Formats: sequence, structure tokens, C-alpha cells
Amino acid sequence: MSMKSLLLEIRASVAVIFVLGLVLCGAYPLIVWSIGQVAFQNRANGSLVERNGQVVGSSLIAQNFTGNRYFHPRPSDAGDFGYDGANSNASNLGPLSEKLYDQVKERVAAYRSDNNLPAWVQVPADAVTASASGLDPDISVGNAQLQAARVAKARKIPKSEVEKFVSRFTAGRQLGFLGEPRVNVFKLNLALDQRNSR
Amino acid sequence: MHAMGWVQLAVFTIVLLAITKPLGLYLVRVLDPRGRTYLEPVLKPVENLVYKLIGAERTGEQDWKGYAASALVLSVIGALFTYAVLRLQQFLPLNPQHFGPLSPDLSFNTAASFTTNTNWQSYGGETTMSYLSQMVALTSHNFFSAAMGISVATALVRGIARQKTKLLGNFWVDFTRVCLYLLLPISLVLAVFLVSQGVIQNFSHYRTAHVVDPYTVQVAKKSAAGLDVKDAAGKTVMVNKKIDTQSIAMGPVASQEAIKELGTNGGGFMNANSAHPYENPTPLSNFIEMLSIFAIGSGLTYYLGRMVGNQKHGWSIWTAMFLLFLVGTTICWWSESHGNPRLTSVGVSSLEGNTEGKEARFGVFDSALFATITTDTSCGAVNSMHDSFLPLGGLVPLFNMHMGCVVFGGVGAGLYGILIFVVLAIFLAGLMIGRTPEYLGKKLEAYDVMTAVLAILIPSAVLLGFTAIAAVTSWGLAGRGNLGPHGLSEILYAFTSSVNNNGSAFAGLSGNSVPYNTALALAMLAGRYFVIVPILALAGNLASKKAVPVSSGSMPVSGGTFVLLVIGTVVIIGALTFFPVVSLGPIVEHFLMVNSTKLF
Repeated sequence: MSMKSLLLEIRASVAVIFVLGLVLCGAYPLIVWSIGQVAFQNRANGSLVERNGQVVGSSLIAQNFTGNRYFHPRPSDAGDFGYDGANSNASNLGPLSEKLYDQVKERVAAYRSDNNLPAWVQVPADAVTASASGLDPDISVGNAQLQAARVAKARKIPKSEVEKFVSRFTAGRQLGFLGEPRVNVFKLNLALDQRNSR
Repeated sequence: MHAMGWVQLAVFTIVLLAITKPLGLYLVRVLDPRGRTYLEPVLKPVENLVYKLIGAERTGEQDWKGYAASALVLSVIGALFTYAVLRLQQFLPLNPQHFGPLSPDLSFNTAASFTTNTNWQSYGGETTMSYLSQMVALTSHNFFSAAMGISVATALVRGIARQKTKLLGNFWVDFTRVCLYLLLPISLVLAVFLVSQGVIQNFSHYRTAHVVDPYTVQVAKKSAAGLDVKDAAGKTVMVNKKIDTQSIAMGPVASQEAIKELGTNGGGFMNANSAHPYENPTPLSNFIEMLSIFAIGSGLTYYLGRMVGNQKHGWSIWTAMFLLFLVGTTICWWSESHGNPRLTSVGVSSLEGNTEGKEARFGVFDSALFATITTDTSCGAVNSMHDSFLPLGGLVPLFNMHMGCVVFGGVGAGLYGILIFVVLAIFLAGLMIGRTPEYLGKKLEAYDVMTAVLAILIPSAVLLGFTAIAAVTSWGLAGRGNLGPHGLSEILYAFTSSVNNNGSAFAGLSGNSVPYNTALALAMLAGRYFVIVPILALAGNLASKKAVPVSSGSMPVSGGTFVLLVIGTVVIIGALTFFPVVSLGPIVEHFLMVNSTKLF
């Protein structure tokens, strides 16, 4: 390729990057932004939830709950202390990792003692394994059911009522066949708080 | 392996089949410089502006060298542009978190990564990149690298379809039309749909939530100089820290997410990629994301059939790809449905399968399906962490990439990748039956087979060479996040992913060091351009041949025998090259898991 030809190719590259860049990196995201802000405002801005005029979290992002009055989310490796909404992360520990084994063993013991479960009860896997994002807002239905008695006791309300809340916040498979049934911990806990303050 | 998984797999297959023909026909129009589309009233002025700036004299047909030169020059300029933005992001707008510049090696790695359609990420998105860097420096390549792959595939198809010519079309025209008429409109629809599911699209600074149930954690006490304070016994002193707020990352995610899947790029806006609830909030968004990863690759097989005048050939290639996909999905799903025996031994239920590094809304099936799809293609987006898969579950993504990501494949790259295997399959079949191999009426000669072999041999050599070096050097070993055979798997996965321009990772590996960033970047560049150039050379040579009419003596390029021949070639030549190293990684790990209680 001659020098002149190379320069012309470079000029063509710059022109393409400039014009297509304006359309694909400028106009395109702005159009999506405009439609999103008009048609799906809450979702486009993070599905944030306010209580008493203050943002308390997002219904899509796991938040840690440690008190007995609340359902507990899955373990998290996001950020230094887990549940860091600005630093999503997983453990990335392999199946034969000693660290994983030790962590899970400890979590199993804690889960059983928190929820007053006998040693023969098998602990739901999602309750003691870290999610992929560290921000998984959901737990399995089995996991929620095992926590219901503890929450009911701490809130001094019948277990059957807590179980009603659990089933109200259980999302089935989407369209009947997609994904897994699950319970959104954040929404469930907020609803329980609202009930108690009534 | 529950029934709903099978239902979902069936629905996925039906929808994929249903969009293949319409997309293929649309591709015919987009890739014909005079083809008409309904979008012309809006986009034709932009297309014409591009040609005007390029110079009308440069939009005529090119031979293979001209086509390759344009693609290479654009890649270099595009990579330099990205490198510059990443180094200077602190001075540029749309940086509400005030992120500083990326280091030179990380910028080089990232520029190479996005230019080559790999999207390997040595950085964490929401802790490193300004919105401008995401939108402009990275997303531009999501479009450009995808368009380049499709353009090169088109040139190859033209080389097969045409005869007695040197000309393969014009790179700039193909590239511009693919960006404007194919990628842009579909991305726009996808992105809006994703927002409707909960994917964010805003330019806000990160939000602070006042958490409902504040709690305390233990942190190391820091001295005034920022060092950990030790007690008399040398142990770090811990103090309580109250957590009463949560910072939540924001940004223009949806627009990037759409093209990331459609263009088989795979680079997540967030560190957790498509596992992050803001990138992939619902099972339905997950379904659509998986579908868009396969869409164009699937449509291109129809385009191939249409352009070479043999639709059965297109469908036979589709079938070969589909069978490889089906087997991979089933094995991965089966593996992950089992509980990790180390964890079930301490009281964890095996009912949910292997859940470490998986999201509850996706569960085992959607995670295994996504992992298979993202590595069948060169996408590399993940909705679960492959590093935490059971050994055989993790072997499936690795194996898929070892086949060259040719199962529907990267947009364009999958088609030209599988056609290389088709050329070799026909050559091998010709040797077996003692007849001159011919493909669609064209005799395959020494030069054609040589270019095909080069396109397979160079990436394989780079992959194994770098893996071997990293496995015995201190910098290579230092990056491992897991020990034992899994550590080797992490290193192998990194170079496999880079060379095949996939971008997914066994993410326990810390690749953000100068040697890793550099080695992985070189692997990505080799895996892209040492394939594209031989492909275009092959296209040029095929175009110049005269086609002989297909007769009863011609080799069939459709039907069961052909499909099996292609699958056999892909598996034996593609994947088995790597069997020795794979047996030292996932396979030995599987036997240790089953037959021992060893931990690493």
C-alpha cells in the first residue's frame, strides 16, 4: 500500500468513527434515555424505593438484613463487606476450594442456629452460597419458608401471617416457564415493616 | 433437570428457528449496497454523509488485500481512539464519580479487547469507567467490531458465490450499512425492551440509600498513615464499623446492554455483567438477551444459503451448529443440577444444584443455558460465574471456545469460522474417498487449504504457548484465584477466551497486572487478525476460480453425512487439539471431586 493510499484509509477511518460515533454513541443512547425516562421512569432510574421521602434501597438490588425481624438475603461478595451496590462481585471460588468449604460450613451452622433448626435439616443451597452479582435480590421459596418462624417470633405475629406475606411476594416462573420461583427479600421486609407500623 | 427447563429449551429453539429466515432475508438486503430497507428515509442521509466524507472513489469494490487493509486501518485507528479516551477520562465529561485514568497496560488491554470483539475485562465496570468511556470508548467498538465481523463474513460468502473476479465488495460500504441498518435498529428496540424490564438508563451520579436495617461489620483499624494497626501479638486490630448506607451504581446501561448481546461483544457495564440485576433483571430479559446473542449468527447461515443458491447448505450448517449447542447445554445443565459434594457433606441441600455464583431468578438451567450460548458464540457475557461451576459444567464453556466459538458464533466470526471447518471437512473427505475436494462447484486447492489451516493453527499455537508460559512463570501463577487443577483451568480459560475473542472468564484469575494485560491483549489481537487476514485471502482466491456446474459426482454440502462430517471436523480438529491440557484441568478436577475429599 502506498503512503497516499494509507493516508486516505486513515482519513476514511476517522470519518467513519466520527459520523457513526455521533449516531451510535450519541443519538442512540440518548433516544433510549428519552424513551426510558418518559415511559419507564422508575425502572430507568434503578427501581429505587422511598420511605418517608428518603431512598431506602432498590427493589432490584440486595440489601443486607441481619436482624431477627427480617428475612435475610443470600451471602454476598460485593465490595469489602458484601452488598456493595457500587461494586458487584462473586466469590469465584472453585468447587474444591477450601475457602469455599470453610465459608459454607460456617454459614450452615449460623443459618441453623439463627432459625432454630435441628442438625438434620438440610439448608437450602442459595442461603449459604454467594450469588453471581453479590446483589441478588431474591431467595428461594424454601429458604424463605425456613426463615418465617424466626421472623414471626421476633415480630410477635402468627407464623401463618408471615407465610401469607411470603407467598404474596413469591414470583412464579415468568410467563409460566421462564426462570425460577423466588422471593424478593427487600420488598417482603418493607411490607412486613409497613404491617407492623399500621 | 426439571421439566420447565426442557420447555424453555424447546421454546428457545422454536423462536430461534422462527427468526432465522426473516433475519437472513433482511441481511441479504443490508449487505447488498443497493438493497432497500424501510429505514432509508431516516438513515440514508447518514449513510450518504459517511460516503461523502470517505470519498466516493473509495466506495468501489475492493480486492481481498484492499478489503483487509481497510479493516486493519480502521481497527488501529479505533483502538488508538479508545486508548486515548481511557487514558484521559478524568478530563472528559460524564464522569460523575470522578474516576481517574486507566493505567497504560490496562488501557492497551481494554482497547485491544473491545476492538477485537473480545470484551475481556481486566477492570470492574462500575468502579473504573466513566459514563463517557462506557458509551463512547467501549460501545463504539461494540458496534464496530460486530460490523467488521459481519463484513468479513460477507466478503467470504461473496468469494464463494462469485467466480472469475478479484473483487469482494467494499469494506466501508458493508461496514456502514451493517452498523446503520442492522445493529442500530435492533439494538434500539432491544434496549427499550430491557428498560421496561428494569435495566437502568440514566446519567445520574451513584445513588445513596439509607438502609432499612443498619448493621456493624469488623474492619481493620488504620493508623494515620493508612496502615493496618497490629497488636502486641502481631494480629491486626479490628474495630466496629456501622453500615447505614448503601451506594448504588447508575449509568446508561440499557443502550450498552443491547448491543453487547446482539453484537456478541459481552463486555458488561457492571463488573458482574449479565448477572447484575441492573443488566439482566428478569428471566424474560434473560431469555431475550440469550436470543439476541444467537440471532445474527443464526440469520447468517440463512444468508449464506441464499447467496450461494443452496438453501439446504445453509440449513445443514445451522443443524450442525444446533446439535453442538444442544449437546453442550445438556451436559452443562446436567452437571450443574448436582449439588457440590463438598458442600452437601456439611449439610447443604442438593435440591437446587450448584448455586455458588448463580442468581436465584435464573437458577441452574438458565445459568447453564446462558453459559453455553455465550461461549458457543464469541459473546462472553455471563449471567453466572463459570469459575464456580462444577468441573464438567465449567468444561463445557471451555470446550465450546476450543471449538473456536463457531456454534452460531460471534457475529460474522462464527460464519467464517465454521466455513474454515467446512473447507477442511471437504478436504478430508476428499482425501478419504480419493477425489478432488470441491466446495459448491469450486475446487479446493493447496492455497485454499493452507489459508484454512493457518486460520486454525496460529490461534491454537498462541493459545497453548501463552498458557504454557503463564503456567510456569511467577506472574502467571500469582494471578490464580484458586489452587490445584482449578488454577490451571483459570489460566487456560483466560487465554482460550482471549484468543477466541470470547471475553468470558474464570474470573477468580486476577488478570489486571502488566504481564497478564499485555499477554492477553496480544492473544486477542492474534486471535482476531491472524484469522481475518487468511479468511480474506481465502475469499479472494475462491472468488477468482471458475465454478464447475454441480453434478452427481459433486460432493454433497447438505444432508446428514455433511452435517456429521462438519461436526466431526470441528470436534476433532478444533477441540481435541486441547485435550491434553484440558485433562490436567477440569477432567482431573472432576475425578478428584468424585473420588476423594481433597480440598485446595
